[in-house]
Amino acid sequence: MSTSLILLAVLMFAVTYPSRALGLLAPALDRLPRGAIDYLQLVGPAVLTALAAVAVMVVTDESGASRFYIGVEWVAVLACLVVTAWRRNLLLGLIAAVAIVVVARATGLAALP
Amino acid sequence: MTLAASRRRLLVESLGIAVSAIGFGFVYGLSAHDAGFSPIEAMAMSVIVFAGAAQFAAVGYVAGGLPWIGVLVLTGLLNARHLLYSASLAPWLQEVPRPRRAVMAHLLTDEAFALSIAHFRRLGRTDERGYWIGAIVATFIPWNLATLAGVLVGGSIPDPNQFGVDIIFPAAMIGLAVGLITGRRELVAAIAGGGIAVVVALLVSPAIGIVAGGVMGPAVGLLVPAAESHETAPLGSSESAERYAMPGAHLDAEPEADAGEHGTAESGESGAARSGGPEAARPGVPDAAGPGQGDRQDPR
Repeated sequence: MSTSLILLAVLMFAVTYPSRALGLLAPALDRLPRGAIDYLQLVGPAVLTALAAVAVMVVTDESGASRFYIGVEWVAVLACLVVTAWRRNLLLGLIAAVAIVVVARATGLAALP
Repeated sequence: MTLAASRRRLLVESLGIAVSAIGFGFVYGLSAHDAGFSPIEAMAMSVIVFAGAAQFAAVGYVAGGLPWIGVLVLTGLLNARHLLYSASLAPWLQEVPRPRRAVMAHLLTDEAFALSIAHFRRLGRTDERGYWIGAIVATFIPWNLATLAGVLVGGSIPDPNQFGVDIIFPAAMIGLAVGLITGRRELVAAIAGGGIAVVVALLVSPAIGIVAGGVMGPAVGLLVPAAESHETAPLGSSESAERYAMPGAHLDAEPEADAGEHGTAESGESGAARSGGPEAARPGVPDAAGPGQGDRQDPR
């Protein structure tokens, strides 16, 4: 059983814990410059959207070349976005996305990328 | 509100959080397995890192072959919001011994923040046990048990992608992003981040594209003037935590009766402010004005 990613987990902890602890253990550090706060506010949406977009729109073949991909996965992710925004419930959004992909692949309307 | 009443409410809210943590943790476990994580690696992430969005992102990073340094940079950026949560809670927890605060810090998630800050504000004072309930009972235990179940069940599915497992990760990412988009700046940053990531991924590599989108997207978002951003839930506020703590983790608005009953002398807030209504006060970096912190100034 592979354990190499445990070290990565420890390192991720090392870069996460200070953010969680600084305010609690050193309250004087609770005020960041406004520019930093504004930037941090935007990092989450940008990173998460970047991850989703690359996962759905870019396919890398065996030779390592990347190409633009269009498929039912777009519809599924869009459905998740709409349902989550509408119902404010991510689980429902995930269920909708998975259902679309499963049905499309089972009926032959879509293939695995 | 009395301590007993507030704790009862905390437990009810914790139940909702726990259910969502179970569902989401299970999905994380499935995704981690699909990305090649062993059960012990997936569990190490959940126990040691204990940050859902960053864990999901790490699955994508590792699957995409992103070098560890890139993973760490993006993890640090993604989790930097916790600094604002800890700053919010600091006034409430300053009487707690430092070693226990150090442990509390590791368990400080969006969900723990949302639950505990609402509990403290109902009471108008600190309840350390309430924090542990929100952090451990509602979040840490369910999340880790569900992770274990997901990563083990994932191994028994012969062809997971046929069942749509491969769509879970991008769908979860976009769903989490929805929870963070609380104004035009976030929307622009998200669109720019996604667009930049795809272009760079096609031109260079997917791993570099993700980094480029994550770093440059916010810079593009900052081009939107603050006055036009129509921000509804500043990062570090309980409103932000409630949105981010999806799925289905939204706390009910505080009844007005609570404000009348206690007068919120400690925080000097109105009932509307505490419920995050449109006229809610926006003190300090976070909105969670702790005891004696009601005079913080909004930095915006």
